[in-house]
Amino acid sequence: MIDREKVDIAIIGGGPAGMTAAIAARKKGIENLLLIERNESLGGILNQCIHEGFGVEIFKEALTGPEYMQRFIDEIRKKEIPYILNSMVIDISEDKELTIVNESGLHRINAEAIILAMGCRERTRGQIGIPGSRPAGIYTAGAAQNFINLRNLMPGKRIVILGSGDIGLIMARRLTLEGAKVLAVVEILPYASGLPRNITQCLEDFGIPLYLRHTVIDIRGKSRVESVKIAEVDDKGCFIRGTEKEFECDTLLLSVGLIPENELSRKAGILLDPVTGGPIVNDRLETSVEGIFACGNSLHVHDMVDFVTMEGELAGIHAANFVRGAVNKKGRIKVRPGNGVRYTLPHYINGDSDVRLSLRVREPWRNRRLVVKGDERTLKEIRKLRLNPAEMIRIELKKEEFGDLKELSVEIK
Amino acid sequence: MKRVFEVIIIGGGVVGCAVAREFSKYRITTLLLERESDVAFGTSGSNSGVAHAGFYMPPGTLKARTNIEGHRILPGLCRDLDVPYREIGKLVVAKEEDEIPYLEKLKKQGDENGVRDLRIINDRVMGEIEPNIHGIRALHSPTSAILCPFTLTIALAENALTNGVRFLLNTVVTGIQSNEREFIVRTNRGEFISDFVINSAGLYADKISEMAGISGYRIYPCRGEYHILDRNKSGLIKHLVYPVPPINSGGLGVHLTPTVHGNIMLGPSAEYIEDKDDEGNSADTMDSLYKEAIELLPGIEKRDFIRSFTGIRAKLISSGSEKPADFVIKEEFDGFINLVGIESPGLTSAPAIARMVVDIVKRKRDLEIKSDFNPRRKGIIRFSELPANKQATLIQKNPNYGRVVCRCETITQQEIIDAIDNPLNAISLKSIKNRCRAGMGRCQGGFCGPKIVEIIEEMFSPGVREMTLKGDGSELFTGRVRDAREGMGNER
Repeated sequence: MIDREKVDIAIIGGGPAGMTAAIAARKKGIENLLLIERNESLGGILNQCIHEGFGVEIFKEALTGPEYMQRFIDEIRKKEIPYILNSMVIDISEDKELTIVNESGLHRINAEAIILAMGCRERTRGQIGIPGSRPAGIYTAGAAQNFINLRNLMPGKRIVILGSGDIGLIMARRLTLEGAKVLAVVEILPYASGLPRNITQCLEDFGIPLYLRHTVIDIRGKSRVESVKIAEVDDKGCFIRGTEKEFECDTLLLSVGLIPENELSRKAGILLDPVTGGPIVNDRLETSVEGIFACGNSLHVHDMVDFVTMEGELAGIHAANFVRGAVNKKGRIKVRPGNGVRYTLPHYINGDSDVRLSLRVREPWRNRRLVVKGDERTLKEIRKLRLNPAEMIRIELKKEEFGDLKELSVEIK
Repeated sequence: MKRVFEVIIIGGGVVGCAVAREFSKYRITTLLLERESDVAFGTSGSNSGVAHAGFYMPPGTLKARTNIEGHRILPGLCRDLDVPYREIGKLVVAKEEDEIPYLEKLKKQGDENGVRDLRIINDRVMGEIEPNIHGIRALHSPTSAILCPFTLTIALAENALTNGVRFLLNTVVTGIQSNEREFIVRTNRGEFISDFVINSAGLYADKISEMAGISGYRIYPCRGEYHILDRNKSGLIKHLVYPVPPINSGGLGVHLTPTVHGNIMLGPSAEYIEDKDDEGNSADTMDSLYKEAIELLPGIEKRDFIRSFTGIRAKLISSGSEKPADFVIKEEFDGFINLVGIESPGLTSAPAIARMVVDIVKRKRDLEIKSDFNPRRKGIIRFSELPANKQATLIQKNPNYGRVVCRCETITQQEIIDAIDNPLNAISLKSIKNRCRAGMGRCQGGFCGPKIVEIIEEMFSPGVREMTLKGDGSELFTGRVRDAREGMGNER
């Protein structure tokens, strides 16, 4: 037997984005909403992020992941927002019907609006093509974090980390504190891909060497990792012979990027941006399918959870407005990344309200200007001492600034 | 345990397991020895997974004969053993005029071998049935099929086990002695005695032969590398797509293989190597395969691949040899049956080879058919492949089906439990993955890995070092982070 239900708003994912979206929608007066979480508790990945540094923007204090998420869980309980755990959405149709699997059965839910907040996953060895054998001891940084922080299991003792993403940096410190030896963090780019504060606090403070312009060229060991070979790379990313170094180790951690989870978005026929890996959205955070909104890491990978929360709030507000009959348009002003900018979000804006652009630069710059242009005319210039691809940049624009333009772009000068 | 058997089979690949299953139809005590912690951990677990129709092998060879017969047996066998088998057909594609004679040669060979419905099609017909593939002509073989090679091997083993064959995993043969009456097979787990020894040791068949005093065989390991594409690219091709292989390439050329699980695999390369255990991918080969993939299938990018793996062919000829070697399937001396050089089409041929082996034994001994032989084996229920109403009923009966553990492949907790609780008692992450696919998707176990470890701990409470990726030595963890007895607040 498959039961059916109708809700005004279904929110997929009970991490920071989904929780805030649910709270925001409820604040807007939506009673009949449902927050759906696949794990056994709300909070998403924050459950395993026991280090501190969350909430600096929103709460003006540095909280641990569980502390940060608890504030939202408390609010969800206080507001009596309905949520279900251990429940996996396995399908979304274009007419916004969700299929959910959990222990009580298979459920079909017709939603007036849907908010996608599924988070992201880690890029794996297979996607970057690391040569070598396939022994035990190769983990993504997030999986290792889960084992250590949630399951009391130590993934290894002598560790090489490929990739300088934030989780990898956090794990370098965590493993060191638990008595493991982190021999090297290896980054193929000429600069670190994690936040500068994490480079300082997680590597430099512990004397862990960071090898820039290096990559792993071989993994050895039949049963368990025995050694990892790294080498310097040239501008094309090819390794330079004669620069090889071999580390005897039992573990290789991968922190080589995050990918927004959008398998469900694909099933719903939502158009995705190949650069962000997330849906194409307008300034209502509405995707190409009317009434389906996206936020958080499933829209694009964020550097800080505070910004995920803010984006979730926006998605909740707009989904509520949509349910209340607000007419959304695709957005007539196209937003485009210009010189030196990797992506800009949202992709389209309507021009009838203020907007916050999110963007990331392609590479690090010092002493540059971020230039916002409208139809080739400069609207705004922001001086930046440092621009770093690891950091998401946000620019607020007033609707008066761009009201009747056709195109907006952001570039670096 | 019992140490005296009538038959000892050395090697738990698809051939050894097929032989075991064939013997299990008769009243004959059989033991299978496998050095790894599970069956199908060698070549049988890492190949293209193709049931060849039988046009590649010259008429009259054992390869051709067993291929044709194996291909005839497989559909029914897979039905009995609950192993997915899909007859999707194959295209061997010629891109240049001078490759057309090769297609004609294959067709003639196939016709002589008795392969059904082979035809050579032109570019227009090819465009209709396989729009993403371009060429000037193709050999179309509608009866070529795909199956999952490790699922078949596991199924054969489980069915053989049900019917009385004993399996010893983690058992390395170290010596074979024979006298007029019997064989004494020495292993790291003691000695076993038998009347017959079947050598199906794959890459190590030469070493086992040597132990039995037969010299003259040498296995040349030839490594093939593969890349696996994300399932969301599965619509790109419908058939197996093979090229006209380069001369003396050691294989059938880099081809595109849809899998029964909905991925497309690309490979294999062919590289003769020194070390039979060197299963690593090499940087150069990986790169050239990526390039070939992108050439074969426009619209593919490197990031669309989710995993790479290698399989090693057990070849009887070395690099550069012009004449292909045939399978060796023979009784070398009284009671010692050698199966050497079983490379492609070994997966297809396995059931036929198994019958040949039993026939050899039958010539020397009356084998009584077991009246209670059960030809059927039930696999793990695959939740994601069921229609919605069946899924709902299943959850009602058992709520564990309502807990999705592997989100990429939609594998439920009950499937994981069934995979862990398997008849062969193979409990590594790889064994679990091979049985229920958990961890085979795009996140490669990043999310479900920790959950599976949790389920294993709940079911068995094994020691930390007993949890492995693929058996002894491949421990997943080096220990606990904290001693559980310390408790809270004791850290100082």
